[in-house]
Parts: sequence; structure tokens; C-alpha cells
Amino acid sequence: MDVANTMVKDAMKRTMYEKIWDDHLVHEEPGKAALLYVDRHLMHEVTSPQAFEGLKLANRSVRNPHSVLATLDHCVPTKDRDKPIADPIARLQVETMMANCDTHGLNLYDMASPNNGVIHIVVPEHGFVHPGMVTVCGDSHTATHGAFGALAFGIGTSEVEHVMATQTLPQTKSKSMLVKVDGELSEFCTAKDIALAVIGKIGTAGGNGHVIEFAGEAVVNLSMEGRMTLCNMAIEGGARAGLVAPDEKTYAFLKGREFAPKGDDWDMAMAYWQNLPTDEGAEFDAIIILAAEDIAPQVTWGTSPEQVVSVNSVVPAPESFDDEVKAQACKSALEYMDLQANTKITDISIDYAFIGSCTNGRIEDFRAAAKVAKGTSVADGVTAIAVPGSYMVKKQAEEEGLDQIFIEAGWEWRDPGCSMCLAMNGDELKAGQRCASTSNRNFEGRQGKGGRTHLVSPAMAAAAAAAGKFVDIR
Amino acid sequence: MEPYKKHTSVAALMNRNNVDTDQIVPKQFLKKVQRTGFGAHLFHDWRFNADGSDDLTFELNKPAFQGAKILVTGDNFGCGSSREHAPWAIADYGFNTIISTSFADIFFNNCFKNAILPIVVDINTLNALMEEIAGNEGVSFEVDLEGQKLTTPGGNSFEFEVDPFRKQNLLEGLDDISVSLTHADKIDAFEERQKSAQPWLWHTAS
Repeated sequence: MDVANTMVKDAMKRTMYEKIWDDHLVHEEPGKAALLYVDRHLMHEVTSPQAFEGLKLANRSVRNPHSVLATLDHCVPTKDRDKPIADPIARLQVETMMANCDTHGLNLYDMASPNNGVIHIVVPEHGFVHPGMVTVCGDSHTATHGAFGALAFGIGTSEVEHVMATQTLPQTKSKSMLVKVDGELSEFCTAKDIALAVIGKIGTAGGNGHVIEFAGEAVVNLSMEGRMTLCNMAIEGGARAGLVAPDEKTYAFLKGREFAPKGDDWDMAMAYWQNLPTDEGAEFDAIIILAAEDIAPQVTWGTSPEQVVSVNSVVPAPESFDDEVKAQACKSALEYMDLQANTKITDISIDYAFIGSCTNGRIEDFRAAAKVAKGTSVADGVTAIAVPGSYMVKKQAEEEGLDQIFIEAGWEWRDPGCSMCLAMNGDELKAGQRCASTSNRNFEGRQGKGGRTHLVSPAMAAAAAAAGKFVDIR
Repeated sequence: MEPYKKHTSVAALMNRNNVDTDQIVPKQFLKKVQRTGFGAHLFHDWRFNADGSDDLTFELNKPAFQGAKILVTGDNFGCGSSREHAPWAIADYGFNTIISTSFADIFFNNCFKNAILPIVVDINTLNALMEEIAGNEGVSFEVDLEGQKLTTPGGNSFEFEVDPFRKQNLLEGLDDISVSLTHADKIDAFEERQKSAQPWLWHTAS
């Protein structure tokens, strides 16, 4: 089959995913994976060193340096950044990244840069990913950029090397799943709660083999940051990627940012972007529908994002699951999390609160949390840290006086980084400590060996820090 | 990449579902800049006691499973992160085949870059294999990728599906990048078309 010529309008009804796929096909032949072009390659220090090493050994260079934007985020400390990184292995990894980016002429927001921060936060700040782009990164939460109507997904280090060398990736086409959230979300609920409710419904393997398109009134009504939070979590439902159709909000967000098209380019780009949304009548392989009114603030209780309930509910008992596998998983999770079945969520005490991560580390997240934290005090015995997703977020928050609100309430106000989301930089839980966290994964040991993670929205984390336990914020 | 040859090997049983990448390789080991040596960290938190000695209650520490090249495990194996350190650890430890009812997408792709064959089977086949191993720890299975057949002494042999392109690359130990670069002219042609149809993508700010 010949490669479809880009920009040729197809008479068939196509989903947004299919349109982006068709426009990026470099080569396709029967019995082989298709070769897909990659427009944007995002990088950080953890999944790149071996890829650069591979390039060097094969005597290859980065094909399109302008397609790369890199940062240092996973290993960097969120305090005392004027001192050298204490962990020598982390320090080496950071230095390796800086040297590699320098060698290949790649744009890197290093720790001294005012643009430094978590990759999936800084990339949108600079308008680097546009609707319709194929975007990859050695990081599963690359799905975040689907909020812009881009096909964005995580890849392994070998694929990072492949993209650097060829600007392409062999890919098999995924199926399409439509997740439609109708109705109006409660003012106390957020994109994070929608994401957790969806994963609670479809399970962590529910999206396997699919790209999810999020649609419906409640999704369209989300801000761009809300859409980013939602797409960020698509991977936790097993999906390859998440997508939201670009609209006026998307264009308004992008306009004027550093890497957004300008002048005549902007008009041409808009014309292209406006043809991207799914055609009326296009078919999806699976359709899931939720009512936004049914979504209450969510709290995970177990060791998988699918083990989640509404805050005004209880920890389930293993016997309450019909599925034997889920029942067994419940039993193991309760043991690890040291929770009893039928305990009210609002009776669960915490030791730690963390606001940050690529899921909920943006200015709107800190505004929402500050609104709840204002005038409160962090409960006795609780440590609370607020980690802005980037220096730009930090600066904006400080201009709005949010930092003072957190500090007066007893929170630590930190510098940007992935921090306690995955605890690679020294910000971590001790064994047995329980954390109200705005991050994206509650696997065993994720935030520190023996650490117990409960995923929530920023407002819920702020409320929990003040009360020392989970609170129904409605 | 080493070509994947037909082999008869011990099959180890890990009867757990949703084994995630944080368990396969915990984050503290992701700071290394080399690709090698991750086998020492495989399932670290489950495998070792606090003092570093082997936790003998962990199934993969069973003497019967030492030297196993085949891992038989539960649903949604490898969920979570894109970290390729997970299959690096699995391969470096000695496994070249994983059998389950499903694998997480990114992990599944990463396997093929590391000479690991992930085999998807239905729940009945998985249960039969698990029972056979549980009843005869140390049993060996034969994996024939070319013929797409797995043979067990307990009579639970079956044929399996595998994508033909991935199968060929595994059998020949082919490096994805070299294969893609045989289409270098098509990549050039694509970029020329994109430059003319979507010129704004090629006008960069810096």
C-alpha cells in the first residue's frame, strides 16, 4: 500500500487518532509494523543516558535537534539546590544529560534555567507541542500532551535512541476508545477526580491496546490544565495515549507562547488543527460513558489506581468483589496499606501530604489547594510539602501570594522536580508512613519502600493535611 | 541483539497479577547511566530481606527455579512506567520468555527490543501451565519461536500468536534502527512533504 499523501482529505469518517496516524505514516507494508514520523521528542535524565551511549557506539547523531526539548526533573533535589546533588549516582546522571545535550546541540532546561521543571509541565508552558503532532518521551506520562490533541505516548530507552537516530518509530496501530463524561462536574471535583473515576470503572488494564479519546460536556468544560491532568492519567488506565479534541481553549492557550506558530504560520496551523477533531459518525472500538454528577472527590485506598472510592465511602472488603482476582488484590492491598475493610475513608489518618507532580503541579492546582489551606494549620505529626511543577509555576504562585498561604499554614514550599511522586531525589516516605498525594501512582513502594500512597486532588490533599485525615471537602 | 533460538528451559512460576514496573525495578536503581547489571535489582523489594540476604519466601528464590529462562505470571504484567530498565533487569537476570494473559503496552514493546519473547495466552492455558509448574517445580518447557509452539511434558502444549515482523526481528537478532534506516529515503521524502504542507512545523523559535 502506498503511503497516504499528507494533507489529502479522506472521504472516510475518521477519529482524531486515525487522522494523526494517517498524516504521520512514513512507510507501511503488510506483515510489518508501520513507520510513524515523530514531530516532538521530549527528554529527561533518567531514560536517556543509555540511548545517547547507543548513538555514540553506532556512530550516529541526533537527526533533528530542533525537535527535542529536554529537562532535568526526576533526580533533582527540591531544596538546597545551590549545593551539589548529594547522591553521586544522581549527580552523574544529571551531568551526563547536560554533556549529551551540549554535544548534540539540544535545548535543555537545566537546574540553573528559569524554565527548569518537570518535563510534562515545562513543555506546555513553552507551547512546544501542538495539535496533531506525534510526541514521544521516555516517560509514561507523556500522555499528558494529548490534552492538546497531539498523539503523545511513552517509550523505552531503545526507542528513545531510535527516535534520535531516525525521527521515526515502528508502531502498530492501536484501537480507539471513547470515554465520554457528560453533564456538569461538582465545583468540588476536578479533572483528577474524573481520571480516578474512569480508572476505577475500566481498571488499570481497561485501556490496554487502545488510545482513549476523552469527550463530553465535563471534559470540554475543563481548562487546558484540567485536560492535561486527565490525559496524564490515561496511562494508569492502561491506554497507549489520551486525546482531547483541540478547540478555542487550546488555541488561546498556545497563542503567543515561545514555540507556537506566529503570523501567517499561525493562520495556516489553525486551519490544519481545525480539521483534526473526530468526524461525526466515526466509529470507536469501545465506548465508556460516565455522568459527571455521579463523580465525588476520589481517594485511592489500595496499591493500584483502580482501587479507588468516593471520599464519602468506605475501604471495601475482599468479599465485596465478585472477581476472584480483584478480591485477592484487595486482600493484598489492605495488608500492605494496613487498612481494615469497611473503615470510612474520612477516618484514615495521614503522616504526609504532597502537592506536585506532572499530574497536579500547575498553577491552577496550587490555587485550588491554597484556597483550602488558607487560614489552616498542618495537623500535628503531619509533614506537608508543596512542589511547584516548574520555576514558572513557582514564580506565578509567588506573585499571587500562594507561597505565603502555604508557608503560614505550615507547608514546606519547594523548588520544582518530580520529587515525591516517585521519590528518586531524597523526598520520600519512611516505611509505614501514609501520604495524601496529588501524584499518579500508588504502587507498593512508589513513594519509598513500605510507603502508603493515597491519590487525591490538590484540594483534597490540602484538606487532609489540615485535618490530619481525609475530609469530604464538599 | 542475540538471536532468539529454540530452547528447553526451566519455567518459573510467579502467580501474581498486575505486577508493576516499580516492583520489577524500584526507582532507586534508575539512576545508573549504563544499560547492564540490572539483573541484580530484579524484584528487589520482594526478593531481598532488609539485610540484603535472599528472602526465601519469594517464589523466584526457590532452588527449583534457579536458571529458569521462562517466567509464567499473571495478568497485566509490566503495568506502570515506560522504564526499559524493567526488561533489562528481566533479561539480565536470565529470562528470555514471559507467558501471561496480558501485558501492559509499553512493557510489551520494550520486551522485543531486548530479545524477550512475551507470549499471550488465554486464561485456561495459563491456569494449566501454572498447575503443571506448581505440581512439578523445576519442570522444563520447550519454546519454538519459529514454529510458534510451546511444548510441556505434562501435556499442556499449545501454539501461540506473535506479530510476524517482531518474530523475524527476534529470530534474527535484528536491531530496529538498522531496519528503519533501510527506509531512509522515505523518511527524507516525508520531511520534504511536511515542510511544504505544514511549513510552520519547521520554523523554530530558537
